[in-house]
Amino acid sequence: MDIELRGISKRFGPVQANQDINLDIRAGEVLGLLGENGAGKSTLMNILSGLYSADSGEILIDGMPAVFTGPGDSIASGIGMVHQHFMLVPVFSVVENVILGVEPTSGVDYLDLEAARAQVQEINTRYGMEVPTDALIEDLPVGIQQRVEILKVLFRSADVLILDEPTAVLTPQEVEEFFAIVRALRDAGKGIVFITHKLHEILEIADRVSVLRQGQVVGQGDPASFSEADLAEMMVGRPVSFSVGRAEATPGDTVLELAGVSLFDAAQDARLVDINLSVHGGEVVGIAGVQGNGQTELVEAITGLSPATAGKIGFAGQDITRTSVRQRHRMGIAHIPEDRHKSGMVGNFTVAENMVLNSYYDDSVTTGVQIDWRRVHARAAEACLSYDVRTPSVFLGAGSLSGGNQQKMVIARELERDVKLIVASQPTRGVDVGSIEYIHQQLIACRDRGNAVLIISSELDEILDLSDRIYVMFEGRIAAEFDNRGGGADRNAIGLAMAGVNQGINRDETRDETRGSAA
Amino acid sequence: MTNPALLQDGTPRLTDWRAMISGAVLIGLALVVTFFLDTPWDSVSTFRISRPRDVWAVGNLTVPSQWFNVIASVLLAFLGTRLFLKGGGRWTALALGIGLLVLVLSFLVWATAGKAISLTGMLQATVVRAVPIALAALGGILCERVGVINIAIEGMLLAGAFAGAMFGSLMGGWAGIICAMITGGVFGLLLAALVITYRVDQIIAGVVINLFVLGLTSYVSSQVFAEYRWLNKASPFRSFKIPVLGDIPLVGPVLFNQNLFVYGALILVTLSTYYLFHTRHGLRARAVGEHPRAADTLGIDVIKTRYAHVIVAGMVAGFGGAWFTLGSVGRFDENMTFGRGFIGLAAMIFGRWHPLGALAAALIFGFADSLQQKLSILNTPIPSEFLSMAPYIATIVVVAGLVGQARPPAAIGKPYVKE
Repeated sequence: MDIELRGISKRFGPVQANQDINLDIRAGEVLGLLGENGAGKSTLMNILSGLYSADSGEILIDGMPAVFTGPGDSIASGIGMVHQHFMLVPVFSVVENVILGVEPTSGVDYLDLEAARAQVQEINTRYGMEVPTDALIEDLPVGIQQRVEILKVLFRSADVLILDEPTAVLTPQEVEEFFAIVRALRDAGKGIVFITHKLHEILEIADRVSVLRQGQVVGQGDPASFSEADLAEMMVGRPVSFSVGRAEATPGDTVLELAGVSLFDAAQDARLVDINLSVHGGEVVGIAGVQGNGQTELVEAITGLSPATAGKIGFAGQDITRTSVRQRHRMGIAHIPEDRHKSGMVGNFTVAENMVLNSYYDDSVTTGVQIDWRRVHARAAEACLSYDVRTPSVFLGAGSLSGGNQQKMVIARELERDVKLIVASQPTRGVDVGSIEYIHQQLIACRDRGNAVLIISSELDEILDLSDRIYVMFEGRIAAEFDNRGGGADRNAIGLAMAGVNQGINRDETRDETRGSAA
Repeated sequence: MTNPALLQDGTPRLTDWRAMISGAVLIGLALVVTFFLDTPWDSVSTFRISRPRDVWAVGNLTVPSQWFNVIASVLLAFLGTRLFLKGGGRWTALALGIGLLVLVLSFLVWATAGKAISLTGMLQATVVRAVPIALAALGGILCERVGVINIAIEGMLLAGAFAGAMFGSLMGGWAGIICAMITGGVFGLLLAALVITYRVDQIIAGVVINLFVLGLTSYVSSQVFAEYRWLNKASPFRSFKIPVLGDIPLVGPVLFNQNLFVYGALILVTLSTYYLFHTRHGLRARAVGEHPRAADTLGIDVIKTRYAHVIVAGMVAGFGGAWFTLGSVGRFDENMTFGRGFIGLAAMIFGRWHPLGALAAALIFGFADSLQQKLSILNTPIPSEFLSMAPYIATIVVVAGLVGQARPPAAIGKPYVKE
């Protein structure tokens, strides 16, 4: 089945999400759709999957115009969407998720799970997906959950699969397995749209590429004819430098030290197990790992949001295991939270108000019991300038800023004061490329001023670019430790550690090494 | 990361506070049984099973009171000590449940020491009193399984009771039941419109409906019914015996010699279990309650599904409400549901959002209710005010302590907004 998009435009209020887009999707071919966050990729695909309707333009399926009034129409005509955020019911089994909406029945509405299981198993083996059909979704790793999503669209006999940022949640090894499945699907004659902002993936898997910027197609063609730099320039609209230029680290005294830290959640499941790590002044330490392997809990333990159940946390020579969040904060720990919308800012507050969330009680902005708003506004305006927060005014609601500017606002607030340790969790998630560059530079600048920087990111590239030392977390433990001075860490070995293979081997070596050098 | 292997290598394990507290409670109960439920050694508690005109007569059950309680307190002390010292893990809840059951039994034995009560009658009352709770819980389940919190169950029960009495008086019992269900359904529709279409906070909408129904029915019953008594004088449904089954000792009178509402509740519980877990639409309904966006992307109409279930839940609650009037006295009184709807919601949680679980929970609450009724007849030294608190204390104990990790449907309380 071939699909043609002709002159698709879509506008949300003042934002022109898609403008006059033409795109061909052909059977037996992988079309790479490249673009930054907010370039309009998701809007375009939601139009194709029937969630939105286009303001103008038309969709031709095998040359015939098609009109979608809802997801049902799109599914019926053979288009299957695999969403970036999985659309799976966690407490349902794989089979139940796959058949939901098109359940085989017998008798009076009786759910024929036997028949369903057989059909799902058949697709499962045909494309070599190896998904356990009766497991509950919540018990499966994300890599397998993604295959369930693919099973879902195949079960609806989709001929065109739209994969929205499919590799964002996978380890490098899982990405390889995933690509094998994508190739198997392509060879079986399916048309595939592969949406991503990762250039090397496009070069590896796509047969054709289209680049989207600000809602428009700015380039398309054979990926072999482009270099990564070309694609990046098309995507961003200006030349981009890939690696952050960073000088050799000069580690100083230990700033943060965790010794045997464990953390149990309310259900008494172990979230962190015997964590030993240290961060020195003047170095960037990266925590790599697939999301949900204890990184969030690690950050909470360090910042004091959830007190450690066991073990000791030392900060600048003091024991802070039982210290309150505010105390730690005042001692010089800056925290850039992983989800700025949830815990980094208040969307309905103005930029200025957001800027004093961590210091409203401080003498510098209060007179007696009263906040001195003039000082707050002046300080916010200053911080906006020095941290490149692009907002017309500090009186504007923070929610109306772009993701990158929101993040820079959070960073400005945290770094503006005197800090010794920066805990940056997913510092560039949902941020445009320009802001990513800027944020990375700021973090490196912090290091060069002699501060300790701890970066937690599920983007391995980010970890490799910034870190001098890397810990890999797996199932709540430090699975391995790598030296990355001069970018020497083995990407493959890190990937294996992220997947839980070879636990501990590297760690023992490097641990002795760092001990030796510290002594 | 619930992998227990994580814990098997010298990692510090948390103190099992739940087990320790439960253990301490059980030891305390053992002391209570030993010192407060003390009876003379020669007294005997008699539980009658058969009644004079039964086809198959069975002898009475007699228990030596003091011996029973000695054994009970030893058992409680053993369970408690074990929990306290060794921890219980996932057995904690079970041990606590057994402990409470033992306590209730020995209390019953103590209260009947030297006297006799009818066990059959008590269990019969248990089932009867469990009916409105079970139906309220079922209404709650149907709503919450699609992601709508239904605090308004209480109001729907009351509305059903009112409509049952009024229309039952005017047009007879069957019409009364049908009108009660329609009334419940109308309030279901109102709730659905408020929370699904207008996205009013679900708790607030529910409370508003409860207050509205309470005010309206109280007004009519005190102003209108007082004047026109024939409007509030329905003939209630009598119990009818199912042939043969109804003659089995103990089980017969308890399960097969009841009125329409008891049979109706049992049938509805069975039907909804089948519906929710074995049919296509049940699967879709549960998906809507767990992950509405996923359901929507698969072409399931979230809004329609929610409307349908909330309305049907209202009808079930309306039927349950009719029990108060058409199933017992035939007359409506102000606020006669008396919080049974809320107890029903507790039964829903205790039953883990499963119709059968909710029925079991409702039976426990019904038992507490009928225990209170029996004990006030037996003239025990405990004030009757305390006894009438029993069902509510049972609710607190059950909801707070025994439920453990019950997980509500994930999308509960959140209005669905299409992006």
